[in-house]
Amino acid sequence: MWSLINHLVSPRKFYSLSSKIHPWLTVLFLLVFSYGVIGGLLLAPADYLQGDGFRIIYVHAPAAFLSLFIFTIMAGAAICGLVFQLKQAFLVIKHSASLGAGFTLLALITGSLWGKPMWGTFWIWDARLSSELILFFIYLGVLLLQSALSQKRMAEKTIAIFILIGFVDIPIIHYSVYWWNTLHQGDTLKLFSPSAIDSSMLYPLLAMIAAFLLYYALILFMRMRYELLTTNHHWLRN
Amino acid sequence: MDAYGWYVYSAYGCMMIFLVSQWLIPWRRLQQLREKNHEQDS
Repeated sequence: MWSLINHLVSPRKFYSLSSKIHPWLTVLFLLVFSYGVIGGLLLAPADYLQGDGFRIIYVHAPAAFLSLFIFTIMAGAAICGLVFQLKQAFLVIKHSASLGAGFTLLALITGSLWGKPMWGTFWIWDARLSSELILFFIYLGVLLLQSALSQKRMAEKTIAIFILIGFVDIPIIHYSVYWWNTLHQGDTLKLFSPSAIDSSMLYPLLAMIAAFLLYYALILFMRMRYELLTTNHHWLRN
Repeated sequence: MDAYGWYVYSAYGCMMIFLVSQWLIPWRRLQQLREKNHEQDS
C-alpha cells in the first residue's frame, strides 16, 4: 500500500501525468470560466435589493473560498511533509503560498469594492474582514520565511509548522459570521442544506468556483513542473 | 449596470489582471526553458 502511494506521488509520475492533463485542464478551465463570467455579468438577473452590485459575488465569493481552500491544502501538505517526508508536499506549499496570498488579496479588494456601495464604506473592522486580513498576513509570513531561510531542510520544516499554527485562523474565518455580530452576511452556499440563492444566480457562482479551482490546479502544476525541470531535475531520473 | 458599474467592472478587472499575470509568468518561464533545451539538443 505504502509503495503504491509512493509510486503515485513520485515526481516522475506526477510530471508525466500533469503534462498529459495540462491541455485538457486548460480547455476545461476556459469553458467553465467563460460560462461563469458571462453568467455572472449577463445571464444572472439583478438582485432585488442590491441591483447589479451583487454581481461582484461571482469574483469575491470564489476568491474567498480559494483563499481558505489553498491554505487547507497547504496544511495537509505540511502534515504529509512532516509525517511522511514526502518531497512533493513541500513543493506544493512553496508554489501554493503566492497563489493563496493573491486570492486572499483579491477577496479583500473585491470585498471592499462590494462594501462601498452596500455598506457605505470600503473597510470596517468586522470579524470576517479582520480574520481574512490576518490570513493574508499569514500568507505573507510564509512567503517571507521562504525567502529569509536559506537552509532548505530547516526552512521546509519551519514553514510547515508555521502553516499548521496559522491553520487556527481558517475555522475562525468560517464561523466568524456566526460567533460574532458582523456586518458581513452569512454563508450563501451551504453544504448540507438548500442554498439561499436562486438557481439562475447559483449556477454561474458554482461555475466560477470550479473555474478558480481548475486555475489553481493548472498554475500549481505548471510551477511544480518548472521546478522539477530546473532545480530538482535529479528527481526525474531513474 | 446602473450606478454600480464602476465597482463591478473594477472587481472583474482586478480578477482578470490577477489571473492573467499569475498564468503568464510560469508559462513564459516554461516556454523559455523548453526553447533553451531545444537549442541544446539541436
